[in-house]
Parts: sequence; C-alpha cells; structure tokens
Amino acid sequence: MSSEINLTLQVWRQDGPLAEGRFATYEASGISIDASFLEMLDIVNERLIESGEAPIVFESDCREGICGTCGLMINGQAHGPQKGTATCQLHMRSFNDGDHITIEPWRATSFPVLRDLAVDRRAMDAIIAAGGYISVNTGAAPDANLTPVPKETADPAFDAAACIGCGACVAACPNSAAQLFTAAKVQHLNLLPQGQAQRWARTEAMVETMEAFFGSCTNHGECEEACPKEIPIDFIAWTNRDYIKAKVKNRKLAG
Amino acid sequence: MLGSLDARIPAGSLEAKWTDRKFSMRLVSPNNKRRFDVIVVGSGLAGASAAASLGELGYRVKVLTYHDSPRRAHSIAAQGGINAAKNYQNDGDSVFRLFYDTIKGGDYRSREANVYRLAEVSVDIIDQATAQGVPFAREYGGLLDNRSFGGAQVSRTFYARGQTGQQLLLGAYSALMRQVAAGTVELHTRSEMLELVMHEGRAVGVVTRDLIDGEITAHSAHAVVLATGGYGNVYFLSTNAKMCNVTAAWRAHRKGALFANPCYTQIHPTCIPASDDFQSKLTLMSESLRNDGRIWVPTAHDDGRAPDEIPDADRDYFLERKYPAFGNLVPRDVASRNAKGVVDEGRGVGPRRNGVYLDFSDAMAHDGEAVIRAKYGNLFDMYERITGENPYRVPMRIYPATHYTMGGLWVDYELMSNVPGLFVLGEANFSDHGANRLGASALMQGLADGYFILPYTIGNYLSDFLGDPALDTSEPVFADAEQAVADDVSRWLSIGGTRSVDHYHRELGKLVWDYIGMARTKTGLEKALSEIPALREEYLRNVRVLGSADTLNQSLEKAGRVADLFELAELMARDALAREESCGGHFREEHQTEEGEARRDDQNFAHVAAWEWSGEGAAPTRHCEELEFENVELTQRSYK
Repeated sequence: MSSEINLTLQVWRQDGPLAEGRFATYEASGISIDASFLEMLDIVNERLIESGEAPIVFESDCREGICGTCGLMINGQAHGPQKGTATCQLHMRSFNDGDHITIEPWRATSFPVLRDLAVDRRAMDAIIAAGGYISVNTGAAPDANLTPVPKETADPAFDAAACIGCGACVAACPNSAAQLFTAAKVQHLNLLPQGQAQRWARTEAMVETMEAFFGSCTNHGECEEACPKEIPIDFIAWTNRDYIKAKVKNRKLAG
Repeated sequence: MLGSLDARIPAGSLEAKWTDRKFSMRLVSPNNKRRFDVIVVGSGLAGASAAASLGELGYRVKVLTYHDSPRRAHSIAAQGGINAAKNYQNDGDSVFRLFYDTIKGGDYRSREANVYRLAEVSVDIIDQATAQGVPFAREYGGLLDNRSFGGAQVSRTFYARGQTGQQLLLGAYSALMRQVAAGTVELHTRSEMLELVMHEGRAVGVVTRDLIDGEITAHSAHAVVLATGGYGNVYFLSTNAKMCNVTAAWRAHRKGALFANPCYTQIHPTCIPASDDFQSKLTLMSESLRNDGRIWVPTAHDDGRAPDEIPDADRDYFLERKYPAFGNLVPRDVASRNAKGVVDEGRGVGPRRNGVYLDFSDAMAHDGEAVIRAKYGNLFDMYERITGENPYRVPMRIYPATHYTMGGLWVDYELMSNVPGLFVLGEANFSDHGANRLGASALMQGLADGYFILPYTIGNYLSDFLGDPALDTSEPVFADAEQAVADDVSRWLSIGGTRSVDHYHRELGKLVWDYIGMARTKTGLEKALSEIPALREEYLRNVRVLGSADTLNQSLEKAGRVADLFELAELMARDALAREESCGGHFREEHQTEEGEARRDDQNFAHVAAWEWSGEGAAPTRHCEELEFENVELTQRSYK
C-alpha cells in the first residue's frame, strides 16, 4: 500500500490584490505519495480550517490537466518538476520525505494576484478577442468534407490547438511574455485552410495585443520547458514569420 | 399551482416536425433583435454556442460564468467524441438510425421528437465546428475520420485525439470571444448566479455574486438561458470538475421550474478506481478505449496473480461472453453494472480489489504499439501520471464512476422550462438522453441546443414582448432577490461550526453513492430519505466557513453549493423510490430479469417525472409527462 512522506511548505499568502504578501510555513505530515499535489493542499487546508486559520486559496477545476485553471510555481518551476504535467496531474511520488516545497502564484505583472495563489489571467482572453477565431456565423458553414486538410497540416495544427491556456509560459518567461500561448493560438488557425482568409489580420492583431499586455519574447525558450502540453517554440518562429509577412501584406504593398 | 405539462411537440410526421415548427415560429426581425436582452448563464458548449449565435443574430447578450475564463467550463474535459449522422463511412448510418440508437440507448425514456431533431441537426454541428477550425481527426486523404462508440454498430463518432470536448469548446469560445469583441456579448467572469428573478410569473433576470469582491448585482433581461451543466458532484467523487454544481438550476427550481428525472444519473464504466480516502475526484478514461481494449477479470475469486501470469483460460472476458454482438461496446449502464457485478463477487483487481482490467495487449499485438499510441497516447500518459503504472505494459484498471446526469430542469420542445422566459440547455436540462446517455452524445446535445435550436425558439418567445423594455433593476423584485443572496452569505459566515464544507460534501457523497448509485433498493432509498436530511440538519448547524464575504472565499462559495446538493440528493431519492422499474442508469434491484438485466414497466412508467418545489420542508409534487412512441417499438434492450 501507499507510503507516506512529511513535508515543509512555504506558501505565498496574500489577502487581496492590494494587500502585502508574505510566505507562511506549514508542516504537511503524513502525506500519501499517491496523493496529487492539489490533494496534498486539500489536506493541508482541511487541517487549517480545523485549527481556525483561513485555508490557502488556490484554483483548480477539472483536475485532469485539461481545463488550465490550476497553476502554481513549485520550487520556482511553473507546474513543478514533472515535464509535460499540469499541477493537478503532479503526484506526491515526485517528492521525497523531508522535502521543503516553496509554492507561489504565477508571477507576472499582467497576472495580478487576487488572493494567495490565485491570479487574474483575463489578459489572455483579450488576445483571443483580438483575432483568435475564424469568422463564420452559425449556419454559414459548408460541408465539413468539402475541404480536405492533409494530415501533415492537421497534425501540427492540433499540436498548437492543444494549448490549455494555463499561463505557465508567462510565469516561466523572464520577460513575462505570453508568446507561446499567442503563437499556439495563431498557428492553430493559420495552419488550417479555413483560417487563411484572416491569417494576416489575425496575426498582427493577436501579436500586438499580446505586446500590449505582456512583455516581449526574446527567445529564452523557458516557456517550452514549462508548458504542460509540451507545445514547441517552433510555433513562435512560425508566428514571427507570419507577423513580418502580415506587416507587409496589411500595408497593401503586396497587391 | 401548475397547469398541465405541455411539451409543445409539433404535430405531423417525425421527419417534418422541426421543419414545420421552424416555419411556424414567429420571428424577430433583424433590427428588432437589438432591443432584446438575453442573459446566458454558463459558458460551456451549450452556453458559449448559444451566446455566440445569439450575438451574431444581433441580440444584446450578457454571459455570466463563475470561471475566470469561459474556456474553463467542464465541457473542456470531454475526451471521446461527438456523434453525427454524416454517414461518411458508408456503413449504413442515417438520421433515423442515430435517432433510433439514441432513443433505444436511453431505454425509451426520452421524447421521440426531441431525439429526432437532435439527430437531424447533428450533421450541421460537424460542419460548423470544422469551419471554426476545430481540428477533428483526419485520414491521410485529408477527409474526416470516424470511430465507433458504445451502443452503436456504425462509426459515426468524430473526434479530436482524446480532447474532443476541449477542441469543440475552444471553437465555441472563439466564436463567443469574437462577439465579445464585436460588442454584442457582454462577458462577466467570476460571477456566480445565485438567484433567478421572477416577475408576474416570468423569468426577468438573475442575481450574481462577484467571487473576487463579493459584490451582489442584479441583472435584468427579456429572457434567461441556463446552460449550467449537471449535478454529478452530488456524489462528491465523480469525473466532474471540482466546481461543477447544481446551484443555478436548483435556485430556478426553488422559484418554480420543474426538475425532471433527477434519479437518472450515469455511471461511466471506464474510470480510474479510487486509490485512497483523500481522493478528490475520479478521472475518466475515454469510452473510446473500449474499441481496442478488452475488459476482463480473473475467473477465480481472489486470484492474487499479476495479470500477465494469468493465462487466457483463467480469464473471464465477461462482456464478450455475455453480449457477443456488442462485446466490450455495450452501452455505459450495461458495462458499469457488469463491472460492479464481478467486483461484488470478489473478482475485482488491483490493491483494493476495486477494478477490472482493460487490456490492450491484443490490440498492440495486432496493430502495433505505434497505432495504439497515436490513437490513445494522451490517455495512456494521463493514466500513467495518476497511477504510476504503464498501460503499454500492464493492463489498465478501471471501475465505474459518476460521469453525467441525464435528469435536469424540465423543458418543452422549444427548450423553455415551465417558467416562461427561462430556457435551459445542455446537461442542465433533462431532454434528450432518457434514462441513459450514449457516448459522444453529450457534446452533440450541448451544441445542438446552443447553435441550432435556441436561436430559433427564443425568438418565438421574445416576439411577444416587442417594444417592452427589460424590467428596470430598481424594481422591488430585484432588491428582494439581492437581499436573499446577502442574507444567505451572512448566514454561512455566522454558523461558526466545527467541520469544513468539504467534510460534509464527502459524507453526503457516500450516502448518495451507497443508496442512489449503480443499484438501488426500496430499503436503501428509504434510508437515504432519513439519513440525508439528518446530515443536512447537522451541516446547517455545524459547518465552519471562515473568512469574510468581501474577498475571494472558496469555502463560502462551496457552502451554498453543497446546501443545494443536499436538497437535490433528497429529491433524487424520492424520484428513484417513486420510479418502480429499472431503466437505463436507474437500476432498482427489485425490478430485474432473471438474467439480471433492467426490467422496465412501460405500462406505468413510460413518462417523465417532473418535480415541483413545494417549499422548505414540504414534500415536492410529482407531475407526469406521458411519452408517446409512434415511430419505435418499445422492446427490452438487447445487446447480445
């Protein structure tokens, strides 16, 4: 059966967006290695409530690694030590008895802390609203098999579309850029035949909205390391290429 | 209180009903649409698709969601696929066959007219999603691929790796954000609906609480659309996301909306078994795995050998043995009940003896590991992350878990509840799946409701109110509703008990799973009806909610949701007790065939049970809507 470990947690506590934050230390004893990281925090919270202290606020929803709600800096790594794994899918078997674990919220100016470990990521929705769609009204679609999409196109489009919008790329980036998120969203649509009509306008609008909210990308590559869906930074290169083309084409110089 | 339940099903042949209704419904002309305000609560497949479509039409839409972004809604977690009667595979599919499979799969407890319409518009959904850029799986020629799913003998399921829900939701979300940018949709995130506002018998708005600063706000509109999902979290452990709850629907129920068939809950056969007592949720492994995985347990009781040491002769592939025609692809309720059967017999596997094997070794020998990896790679990875076991080497262990709830608010053919002006879409309504939903049908229904049904039917309601402005939020009905929410918030904070909300939620879940789970008995349900209220009473007296009302306070959010789940649980027990038959996901042990299959009672129970709230502490009233079957013959479902 499962074995148990004892941990010391350093957790960021902050009462509200404008309040001053601090680290608090909690002992997490008798944690089963089969528990997920968030279940470990659930247990700590139960104990806090019993002792009359307000529980640690952290966000999660599906706990299956797909909704993108959860996201913690664990020992300075976005989503913790296991590659390609969102916080909710990280299990305590990745840790050892006696470990000290530092838990912080995503750190980025464009993600203000709401409370403790919860942050406001609405700036990512603004990037989508700027052009992360194909303009097709309900009912206006042709038959789905009218336009074949070669597998060589469909597969990378899907790899980009797999982004869960968690914000780990922003948290991991030294510049707090959301370039990987933006590039994944841009390329998902730019690669597909359906997305061609708005390709240039989309690229320009989304990249520039990203720049308005977030820092600029300087190709550190930390985002790829942190991404729970292992989205490759190739998409950033492709987006940079599309952006340059877009700047030309959108000036109507290309005829 | 209530007149007769009129489902407003169109007359005429099954094939003509929707076309005729679309023509006979009144329209709102394009320049009048902007005079109407519509509130959409929820931003999953149903809510996002509805809000986007209404925005495109020109209505003034307000979307309210408790998530930080519409894209978080739990539709995102659907893995397997979406059905559509495209017949791209030339294997004999048709609208009628999809209709037939769905109504049979639902054990003949849904409306023919609704289900036929669902099958009819299914094809448009695939077109719409593809045009939005949803990256469905494709063949090498570039055309769309399909796979088969439980309860069907054709391949009609469209899929996007194991992330179909994610991709469809991102499609609907992108359409929604386009309308937000266009200014037709006003988006309110982290806003939880806590009251439905009624005026002169109609739904005229809602009251929300802002989850960040606790601000209570009234919103007024000509119509309110609830697309707020199902109530599977009444079991505490389920495959639902942690925040899923019944609150929006339940608050509407308390204001007069009927709650239909609450006892119809779906226990999904392929989930990862619970590993410990602190388990916070259960994880689904897509049903699509049953295409290639073979389900078995050891023939002997308490066989302690590792799976690879058990020879074929000592294995029982119990679904293939009992149901040769459908084998591992029998519908969910049948697969779940059979898994429970072998585990109850003491033939379960794994450290807690609480699972059955789902074995891919034959498929890998036949197709090669690469093919299996391409189809299910992400699911296998997820399984390994959770269990620490590699399913390419060791068979998966699976066990049923609550996954979906077929019951929900009663709606008529036009998706309007018995409360005029209150529409209910997706899992939140009771409509199309009868007593059991087939795999890959939830995404279909959510999007059918949002893209292709509500945008027509809401106009038929609104056209009566042309020229009437939405009620001003200074009207007393809004202030009263705001006050009710404020009182509720202070009540939770003042109890000052000793146990957490989660503690009570977990205890409630155990009762519901034991008594209103996969198999139900009269005795068990009667126990539920005494134990649930007793626990609820303790909850209301002894729960501890710390902190304040004007900050992000997750215990406070959950307190109200769990209170609603308590009331719902009691209604589920009543409904299950009153339904003296077995059908689909509702299995009453007293009503089974000699072979242990569900035995329906079509004479007395071919109806929808719709419950009316009668006030705190009073017994609810059960109303019936008789189901008429003119196009299918009611038979005992057989998947042999």
